[in-house]
Parts: sequence; structure tokens; C-alpha cells
Amino acid sequence: MEAEKILEVKDLHVAFRFQDKYYDAVDGVDFTLKRNEIFAIVGESGCGKSTIVNSIVGLHDKNFTRVSGEIIYDNANIANYSEEEFNKIRGRHIGFIFQDPLASLNPLHKIGKQIEEPLIYHTDLDKNQREERVLELLNQVGINNPKRVVNQFPHELSGGMRQRVLIAIALSCKPNIIIADEPTTALDVTIQAQILDLLTDLQKEIDAGIILITHDLGVVAQMADRVAVMYAGQFVEVANAEELFDNPLHPYTRSLLQSIPQSDSLGKDLHVIRGMVPSLRNLPRKGCRFAPRIQWIPESEHEENPELREVSKGHFVRCTCWKNFHFEDEGGN
Amino acid sequence: MSFLEIKDLKVHYPIRGGFFHTIQDYTYAVDGVDLSIDEGKTYGLIGESGSGKTTIGKTIVGLEKPTSGKILYNGQTVNSKRARKKLGYNKEVQMIFQDVFSSLDPRKKVIDIIAEPLRNYENLTKEEERKKVLELLNIVGMPGDSLYKYPHEFSGGQRQRIGIARAIALNPKLIVADEPVSALDLSVQAQVLNYLKKIQKEFNLSYLFISHDLGVVKHMCDYIYIMHRGRFVEAGTREDIYNNPIHIYTRRLIAAIPEIDVKNKEKYYMIRKKVEEEYNNYSSLFYDEDGKVFDLIQISDTHYVAIKDKEALKNVENNIA
Repeated sequence: MEAEKILEVKDLHVAFRFQDKYYDAVDGVDFTLKRNEIFAIVGESGCGKSTIVNSIVGLHDKNFTRVSGEIIYDNANIANYSEEEFNKIRGRHIGFIFQDPLASLNPLHKIGKQIEEPLIYHTDLDKNQREERVLELLNQVGINNPKRVVNQFPHELSGGMRQRVLIAIALSCKPNIIIADEPTTALDVTIQAQILDLLTDLQKEIDAGIILITHDLGVVAQMADRVAVMYAGQFVEVANAEELFDNPLHPYTRSLLQSIPQSDSLGKDLHVIRGMVPSLRNLPRKGCRFAPRIQWIPESEHEENPELREVSKGHFVRCTCWKNFHFEDEGGN
Repeated sequence: MSFLEIKDLKVHYPIRGGFFHTIQDYTYAVDGVDLSIDEGKTYGLIGESGSGKTTIGKTIVGLEKPTSGKILYNGQTVNSKRARKKLGYNKEVQMIFQDVFSSLDPRKKVIDIIAEPLRNYENLTKEEERKKVLELLNIVGMPGDSLYKYPHEFSGGQRQRIGIARAIALNPKLIVADEPVSALDLSVQAQVLNYLKKIQKEFNLSYLFISHDLGVVKHMCDYIYIMHRGRFVEAGTREDIYNNPIHIYTRRLIAAIPEIDVKNKEKYYMIRKKVEEEYNNYSSLFYDEDGKVFDLIQISDTHYVAIKDKEALKNVENNIA
């Protein structure tokens, strides 16, 4: 059975303004999110992964950003909603978990009040019902003594606990979509594992789709159903998680996987991707964007206007350079 | 031969409070650790945030004062500033910092940053100094024209390499690397790690590698110390720690590494759940009533575990491992 599509992004462009010129940080991204699915977007810093999700919930400053393309949620294009319109969706339909839990909680308000806030705006529960719901949520995210925690302030909690509170806030109005932007980057490994397991458990209960943004391929492998690999504002490869790790095709994906320290890399040098990520303003807008970093691959292997093509069912790759790709030290055929 | 030894090191921070701002209690940041460092080896120091690993690193370079315990350099104590100066210790032990944006002075040019240790310890003419800095830049794979640039003109990985160049300027014996790659992207991280390894071979350097990334530590380190609550819970070679972890904290850390293995996703999930259970059930064998870690017990030539007694060890081996 085909799962229900809850979000559809079509040809999304997000441009930032520098000195009266706009530069696309996200350059034509398409994807769909289905119910009960974890869709991961991986990429290095500056590739535009957070920019995508920020435009889904309208967090960009309209004076400096231009969002074009379509973001279809509930049969409406929300890409250019006004602030008032976004307020109706944010929190209610789309929950958000940020990277830094301390910065996203208000230090002056008690935890209970902060979890209650979206309930006040978006539901007609009365005071007692809200209190009940807050305790229920804290239980759900695995906080053992919710009655105490509601009366505490953010600084009294550990990083892992704070992240749990953020998750509780995101879940409070039973959203259809949860966006988790690097939810565990600021946490220790053991806490990270706990939070990720919690998200996995919750996902089965809450019946939502999750967009997971991360740069950690290990996290992706353990969490995601589908993965998009992003480079310089574009998706270069999209596939099911299993397919992507078993059979990575795009040179960028393959290089990334090679550069992770793994057990079989002992005593060997790690793979280094040559060159640097181009800055937004110097980004070549034509041709394969990864080409400058794999210069040993002849130009004829690349496409002039690389597109994301389906190479097997559900597996999309951009450009043709993957077909005859080899690492520099392997020698080619 | 170990040239640096740390004996029963303790670093306690006073907690002040009350009307007269008197000392009320202490934070036991580092509470009795022993550690020895051989030439040309890499040591890993792993632990969660707040476990005291950075404090150990800082104490070794002399940025933090030990409350008690000894740091011995070639058998001589280097606890005081004067002793460190006399023995030339400051030259031999250098540090690389985690945050590449705050560890380089934004108002100085690269040449001034890298030459600073040289100016402190060596009498070089302008020309010699320039040559030496160029040589150092070359070692870390940076172009020569970066000499007169400012730190903001470089990317994170390049800055970290400038930091490394500064650390190796005086041919030290030991570099304390405090989370040197945790702020860097994957591909850049690989590059910095490669340079660290290459330099190690060239100069017969030792590293004390402080990190919470077990993948990186596994790749880099020969001998690993696991730290929790200011004390070592387990110490051993790479094989000891990764193939035969005994302490529940170590087991939990290792289980928490997100493996790139999609097919066995469920299996890892189950293992994590099981280890978490063990952690709750067996903690009395590994921590006393106050939550303090027991002393280390030797279980093989290289492998040490902090456990209550030999009996507990047997119990653990039968039930968990």
C-alpha cells in the first residue's frame, strides 16, 4: 500500500541577498514526505540542508530571502505564506526540533509553561486538560518525574533532558510533520543514542512524517527510511537507506562514505575530498557542481545540465559522472 | 619508555557561596588518575562532556593547576611554573584546541601566529623565521601565500591546520589535541586526521587525543582511557577496549556508536536496549554508593577495569560478556 503523501516540495529555490543580488542557496530541490517515514537530508555545513527546512516553516527573513517553487502541504502552497498564515501551521501541523536545546528554550519560563504554550494557541483545551496533556507528553518522551520537571527551569536540566523537552513541545499538538534539524549534534554519544531511539519509538506512535537533517552518516544509517545527499544546494543522490549504503553511486556520496574512520581504515589514510566547497557567491551555476573536486574525471563524463535521474526504482542520481567514476588512486578503465 | 607520567592527579574546583562567599564544597573534576605516555604513541581520552577529560589535558600543558598529585617529566616533577621553565617543559608539550575560530588571534597574520612560539624560545632572524614558518606551512599542506593572510580568510580545516603548524613549531614531544576535529565536516576531518598521522611519523610525536567520537579515536589511538565522573573506568589497547569492553560504561559508549550498517539496524537497537538494562542492573559492581568509580584492577597485561573486586569481575564476565 502506498503511504499517504503529507508534504510535497517542488522545484524549491531559496535565495539569499548579498549586495542587491540574490544567490540560490537551495537550487531546485524536489522531494515528497510520506506519513510514517523518516526522510533524512545529509550534507556538509553550508550545503543548504537547514535552509530547506527553514523555508518549510517560514523562518527566513523575507527582506533578505526569496523563496520560489512550491511547498505543498494539505493541498495548499505554503511557500509564500504570510507570517499570520504560518503561525497557524507552525507548532500545530509542523513540529520543529532544533540543534541547540538551550538556545531554543526560554530561560525565564518554567518547562511546564513552555510545553503548554502551543496548546494555548492551537487547541481549546482548558487549564486542567492542558496540565494533564503536559504531564502525558513528558511521560511519553521518557522523563521519569514529570511533576517535578514542569516546575523547573531549562538551566536545571541536562542537555539530554532539554532535548526531550523540545521533543515534547514538538509533539504537543500531534503534528503531521516533525522537522528535526541536527537533533543530537550537541549531545554526547550515549545521550544521542537515547534520543534517536526515543524518536524511533515515538514515530511509531504519533503517525507523523519526520524530516531529519544531519551530517552524521551513522545517524542516517540507524534512523532513516529514505535519504537525500545534498551538495552545494542540490540533491545529488536520493535513495532508500539500505540501497544508498549498499550501492552508493554518486561520486560525492562515495567519497563521503570513504572518509569516515571505520574499522577497516586502520593504519590507512582516510579518503580526502580534494578542493573545497565553493562559497555561495562563487558557485558555478552550470554543469556538474562536484566536477571541480574530481578533476581526474574527464569533462566528457559530466552532463552539461545535470539532472536527477532515476537509475533504478526509487534511486535517483544527478549527472552522468557516476557511471565511470573511480577514485583518483584507483586508476580508471 | 614513558617520558611523561601522571600520578594520582586530582583537580578540584571550589564551589563558593553563602554570605561571605566561602567555599561550600568542591567539584571533583579529576579525582585521582594515573597515566603514562610513551614516545611516538597516540593515547585516547574518551568521556562524555563534564567527565574531566579536558581538565586533564589542560593540567598537562600547565593551563590548570593540579590540586594534588604529580606530573613527572623524565622523572622530574613539573607541577610548578618554575620547574616547567627550568626543564624546558613548555616547549615539549603543546596543545591543539577544539574551536578553530577562537584559538587563533583574529588580528594577527598567519606568520605571526605560527612564529609566536618560535619568538618565545628561539632567536631567529626575520629571514630564518620566515623560512621556518614556510616549512611548517608546507608540512601541514598549506600554500606559501597564506603567510600574510588573516585567520578569517581560511576555512575551518585550514585554520585547524594552522593551529597544528603552531603546535609543532618547536618540535614538541607531546601534543595534547583537545577534540581537534569535532567542529569540522567529515571530509575536512579526514584531511586533518591524515595530517596528524603524517606528522606523527615524521617527528616521532606522541598525542593525547581527547575526544568523544569513538570512531575517530579507534582510527587514531593505540591506547585508550575511558573516563567517567572524573576517574578512569577502563584503560587498554584499542583491541581491549573495542573487542572486549568490560566496564558497563564503556559497553554503553560503544553500543551508542551509530554504525553504518542499515541491514542490522534492528539488531543494534536491541543491543542498545540490552546494554542500557545492564547499565541499570549492574551499576553497584562498578560504582560505590556515592556513585564514585572504583579503583582500576588489572585484568591482563594491558587492560585495566574499574570494578569492585575480582569476584564482581567474574560475575560480570559470566553474566554480561
